Amino acid sequence: MVGITAYGAYIPKRRLNRMAIIQSMGWLAPALMTAAAGERSMCNWDEDALTMAVAAARDCMTGMDKSAVNAAYLASTSLPFKERQNCGILSTALSLPEEGLVTADFTASLKSGTTALLTAIDAVQGEGKDSVLVTASDARQTKAAWFFEMWYGDGAASLLLGKDNVIAEFKGAYSVSCDFVGAYRGAFAKYDYGWEERWIREQGFTKIIPAAINGALEKCGLSMDDVSKVVYPCHLSPRVHQSIAKPLKIAPDKIQDNMADVLGDTGAAHPLVMFVAALQDANPGDKIVVASFGQGCDALVFEVTDNIKKLPARNGVKGALANRKEEAQYSKFQKFRDLVNVEMGIRAEANKQTALSAMWRYRKQVLGLTGGKCTTCGTIQYPKSRMCVNPDCNAVDTQEEHVFADKTGTIKSYTGDMLAVSVDPPAVYGLVQFEGGGRALFDFTDCELGEVKVGQPVKMSFRMKYYDEPRDFHGYYWKAVPQT
Amino acid sequence: MATGIRDKVAILGMGCSKFGERWDMGGEDLLVEAFQECIEDAGIEKNEIQAAWLGTCFPEISVGQSALPLSMSLRLPNIPVTRVENFCASGTESFRGAVYAVASGAYDICLAAGVEKLKDTGYGGLPEFGANAGPRAWMTGVNMTAPGSFAQLASGYGAKHKVSDEEIKRALAHISAKSHANGVKNPKAHLRKAVSEEQIMAAPIIAHPLGLFDCCGVSDGSACAIVTTPEIAKSLGKTDLISVKGLQLSLSNGYEMGYNEWEVDHFVTTSKASTKAYEEAGIKNPREEVSMMEVHDCFSITEMVTMEDLHISPRGGAIKDIMDGFYDADGGVPCQIDGGLKCFGHPIGASGLRMLYEMYLQLLGRAGDRQLKDPRIGLTHNLGGFPFMNVCSVAIIGRYEK
Repeated sequence: MVGITAYGAYIPKRRLNRMAIIQSMGWLAPALMTAAAGERSMCNWDEDALTMAVAAARDCMTGMDKSAVNAAYLASTSLPFKERQNCGILSTALSLPEEGLVTADFTASLKSGTTALLTAIDAVQGEGKDSVLVTASDARQTKAAWFFEMWYGDGAASLLLGKDNVIAEFKGAYSVSCDFVGAYRGAFAKYDYGWEERWIREQGFTKIIPAAINGALEKCGLSMDDVSKVVYPCHLSPRVHQSIAKPLKIAPDKIQDNMADVLGDTGAAHPLVMFVAALQDANPGDKIVVASFGQGCDALVFEVTDNIKKLPARNGVKGALANRKEEAQYSKFQKFRDLVNVEMGIRAEANKQTALSAMWRYRKQVLGLTGGKCTTCGTIQYPKSRMCVNPDCNAVDTQEEHVFADKTGTIKSYTGDMLAVSVDPPAVYGLVQFEGGGRALFDFTDCELGEVKVGQPVKMSFRMKYYDEPRDFHGYYWKAVPQT
Repeated sequence: MATGIRDKVAILGMGCSKFGERWDMGGEDLLVEAFQECIEDAGIEKNEIQAAWLGTCFPEISVGQSALPLSMSLRLPNIPVTRVENFCASGTESFRGAVYAVASGAYDICLAAGVEKLKDTGYGGLPEFGANAGPRAWMTGVNMTAPGSFAQLASGYGAKHKVSDEEIKRALAHISAKSHANGVKNPKAHLRKAVSEEQIMAAPIIAHPLGLFDCCGVSDGSACAIVTTPEIAKSLGKTDLISVKGLQLSLSNGYEMGYNEWEVDHFVTTSKASTKAYEEAGIKNPREEVSMMEVHDCFSITEMVTMEDLHISPRGGAIKDIMDGFYDADGGVPCQIDGGLKCFGHPIGASGLRMLYEMYLQLLGRAGDRQLKDPRIGLTHNLGGFPFMNVCSVAIIGRYEK
């Protein structure tokens, strides 16, 4: 039996109230009012498609064996690097073993998430791999005061594929691949360019998705009556999303909620995000169809097994949606998305060039939050060093690797710095003491200064650390998230 | 067997420029200003100086690297000149180089100078390190400024000693108000206006809980000293000799930031350097025997915990002593009698020497309106880096009584 063995998701904490966009920009585009219901998720300034992917993958790997993963795929249309495999960064962040690992980025289409999923299934079925991690994530840039900004959300989902303790068995799939271009983004463009929505609905969604789903059901020898939930994305209005069900004769209660009112459309991630949400509500025996849309459609059929009850607890989409903070200030969204030209002062002109040789040498520390454990005295320390930090030990070259990423920490000191260059002042940071040992200074994120206290627990989160603009280089590291 | 530095070296002369926003002067010019006063005070010719040390922390933005800036601006006669840098202890390190050179017997008369020109950066606050702080600076370094790094002592100290934010804020205000009151009397200080505790507590926050008046300013300045042996000083006609009693450094080794004990409530290095300095100087009861101190008040919170690290206030007892006025000008151990970094600002390479300059003037009875009654021992303290990883210097000078 081949199928899903674990799932995970990540949605940024901030939710931009769509009315905030209207209040600020409604004068320019009154038509936006038609899309103004609810809220869309919004990356913090230090989040992007890659950081969300890492968070979703970590959620997925909760209680699972990272050392057994032999392939990792990352699907997105908004990754930070065009050359430098983004999945390689994700794999290092998860401390997946480098030896024997296959990694790949799947890009340039909103169906790349399901394509990566299909490829993973092929790999496991083909006996070449027995544990494949698939993650899809998108944080798309949008121009101010247009429908894309209203419709899109930021988010990521992750699935582990394998043969043991399968929670949702793969039953079959069917794909249609065609060069239907509802919207596109050129290699050097920042924003999507889209054609008329009515045409996208009538010639795209309404024709291509049913073709693929019908093909998948036929291949599996199933009818729509056998299916419990059908997952398919549509970023256009909720009414349009529902209308795609008609040609397929899907009963309304079987249409998986596309979460337009609480999340928005998360691009390449969305079919997997919706699938994870469906799994969290599913019962053993349920058959779920998962379809995508973007230059065609991949449709996959899964059947949930008893093992779903045994999966160790994780956040998934439900937990991520619940961790919510309303953002009522559209100007924050504008600054975080670089839509406004703000003077950051001379202090912000600092040279941020990254020595790639040093980045390679320190990659496990920087990307994997790995420190050391002295095998002579047992002291756990960060970073890993040649000389043990224990003043009663100081042994040389005795440390083995110790990963801190999943450890809980406690705040020992903190401050909120108004002088530090920040797009969301004050910059909050402090000393974190890890359970079991080890400590270091970290930037804190996703918190308010007034809520931070000495003694408060923190969890670590992979975030964008700096952007070297002249060299278009994003640097990543870990930050502490105070837990309330 | 080494016997320490006590009474082996005497200060022949000292000079100090006016500190402040010296738009009219570059670093090279400020060195000349301090040196002219120093050489006149020493009463010797320039060609009698045999070796020199220059302390400067940010050469990239002020005078440039190597020790050439000192040799060039003072037109020194092709003698050995060494540039030293140890963050905020750079000025004291410069002094240390000159002092050890004389004590070793390698030279008779040496010069220690320090300078920093910080006001050419174009913005307030200490300059950004950029990628100059090593390859991991951007990759893993926290988005930290100097005020933010020291501000954390407040949360650590408060948690450890169960002291409220309000109590700490009030003690910090007293510290800065006291220093400002002292600076009013100092024509060389940058800031010379009195500020009330209420003004200080109401000031805008820079890095919680430090407000504008809890942070020393950024300014330009230079100071220097000429040192020699007590015998040579006497032979040159000096009568009231001021000698070096103790001169110690202590540097972090990763314990604070990497081991699992330190509670962000004090400075490990200051606690150790001061103990060694008192031992070297023969001081058994610092609270009784130290007459006056200049400590590193880059931020008022640093001064607060330093009172304990110098073993003058007991652990957990600094706030009480501060609020009792023990460190005020008329208190048991006046601290920052010249106004401190608070009033002078912190031209990094010069600060350690500026502190010694005030102790020197006080010991010789030349401190004018600020003069304390009959001081015998003066202590200076520098703290460079940040609470988690730092360089501490403690220097003790006093009357040479042999």
